[in-house]
Amino acid sequence: MTTKSPFYTEEHEAFRTQVRRFVDRECAPFIDQWESAEELPRELHKKAAEAGLLQVGFPEEYGGTDGADLFYGIVLTEELARAGSGGLIASLMSHGIGTPPIIHTGTHEQKLKFASPVIAGDKIAALAITEPSGGSDVANLKTRAVRDGDHYVINGSKTFITSGMRADYITTAVRTGGDGMGGVSLVVIEAGTPGFTRTPLQKMGWWCSDTATLYFDNCRVPVANRIGPENAGFMAIMMNFNNERIMLAAQAYAFAKVCYEESLAYARERTTFGKPLIRNQVIRHKLIDMQTRVEAIKANLDLMTWRVTQKQMPIAEVCMLKNFATTNLEYVANEAMQIFGGAGYLRGSKVDRIYRETKVLTIGGGSQEIMKDLAARQLGY
Amino acid sequence: MKVLVSVKRVVDYNVRIQIKPDGSGVVTDGVKHSMNPFDEIAMEEAVRLKEKGKVTEIIAVTLGGAKGEETLRTALAFGADRAIHVKEEGEIQPLTAARALAAIFKKEGAQILFTGKQAIDDDANQTAQMTAALLDLPQATFASKVELDGTKAQVTREIDAGLETLEVDLPAVISADLRLNEPRYLKLPDIMKAKKKTIEAVSFADLGVEAAASLKTIKTTPPPTRSKGVMVKTVDELVSALKAKGLV
Repeated sequence: MTTKSPFYTEEHEAFRTQVRRFVDRECAPFIDQWESAEELPRELHKKAAEAGLLQVGFPEEYGGTDGADLFYGIVLTEELARAGSGGLIASLMSHGIGTPPIIHTGTHEQKLKFASPVIAGDKIAALAITEPSGGSDVANLKTRAVRDGDHYVINGSKTFITSGMRADYITTAVRTGGDGMGGVSLVVIEAGTPGFTRTPLQKMGWWCSDTATLYFDNCRVPVANRIGPENAGFMAIMMNFNNERIMLAAQAYAFAKVCYEESLAYARERTTFGKPLIRNQVIRHKLIDMQTRVEAIKANLDLMTWRVTQKQMPIAEVCMLKNFATTNLEYVANEAMQIFGGAGYLRGSKVDRIYRETKVLTIGGGSQEIMKDLAARQLGY
Repeated sequence: MKVLVSVKRVVDYNVRIQIKPDGSGVVTDGVKHSMNPFDEIAMEEAVRLKEKGKVTEIIAVTLGGAKGEETLRTALAFGADRAIHVKEEGEIQPLTAARALAAIFKKEGAQILFTGKQAIDDDANQTAQMTAALLDLPQATFASKVELDGTKAQVTREIDAGLETLEVDLPAVISADLRLNEPRYLKLPDIMKAKKKTIEAVSFADLGVEAAASLKTIKTTPPPTRSKGVMVKTVDELVSALKAKGLV
């Protein structure tokens, strides 16, 4: 099929077909089961790697796929979203936030040890920034790492950590220096390190993601696990956020699209007062209002994605994109629930789950309020 | 050993088929197309045989308009070494396809023609058999297992009474059934590499093939809608209902 956008090639569409097949076969039939179990099976990561889903955005030297631009990430998100579970994307793709700092600032040995097995689906990665005392205020994080010979002794805790229960390698922000942004470093904490414990968190949505609180009690981590120079972690974290926000906007877009498509199909099938729901003008207008927003998010998302592929750093624009996408997802999911009526209120429908998962996208990866502040500062207000 | 795999571009199996208002065919404009699923299985089998070292070169062939190139790119991503596009617009009937495939088979000196047992668009199930007849070669259709042994192929096929195993001398034509294998996921690097492989475009004239016009489509209509069923309470009621309809 000819692409309807200058940003997508036949290869993107061929990749889409493969991801769709994977989701139909390996994800959609099991999603309810995983949601109840509150975690994904480890084998899923291996299967996803074998199907080539985990490699996008990572260099071939470490098992990734060279030359796959960020639009492949958008396609991947769009297709994974068809299973109707944000937890699936967040947890299966948690290496998308946990592993890039290692790739960007780690040494060759660190990449071989902490990135390659994750990209191959043998290990699971997570990113740990947020603490019980605060999330977005990275410059003031409290988890402390004190140097003791060849080790750091780490004390503190992290919370809301996606894939936190199952992760083998956790890219963790710690304070190695003084107050403020100049005292933050990134270290990889490995599962099984003495003094490291974790507890699962129950959530409104994202059930199949094993989100956790992590505790570090005199946890000794080799200095060799530090990613990048000491006290230079803040910039690496900020750069990582920019990419994460694009992908969160992509999720918001993808779920808005699923809500629209589900609603359209339901409105055609459901008969009330002797005619299909869609024959009511009020419902048709709702659907058009939804699709208008879906198209608008996509236009903005594709343009920002293109700018990132051109090595630009549109920080303010990406903040605004994330807000625009997530606000409109809330609108679209709300309308979808209204069209589904009682059927949407039942547990197990895609629309029910997406509706419950709108909030995590307006909060995670930088809350809407923080996004606005950051955008305003970037624009010099 | 060189093998030919013929692949057809068809309306995707997930698409709900719509008939054109004038009954001249089904709607194909703006509809998602993909490789015929049975041809994917044929393709997968050829690639597996190559991975086992039994096959040295895989040539994918398609017939049809310009968009057939997408289907060939898929075949190249699967692992075909090169591709031939018999570029002809308009309807291509099974006999025409068979003539073209036979011409390419001879020209390439291939040992096996792999193809799906039928294409999911017209479900004709004729091309493999006709090609074998034109080439005067053995045929093993509806394969559920293929084993190559030097100059012979052992082909297991599913028949009504169970399984039947044929031994055919090579060269031969083999058509793939659903249970022959499960096609792999195409990996992104392979999708990207496929773009660099060569596709040779040829025409019927180049191949010395004359288009057959032995079939004529009179009208395309949707299948009749099922009428509403009746619930019966007892077996007796069922029997008398069937008797009343003259069915027992």
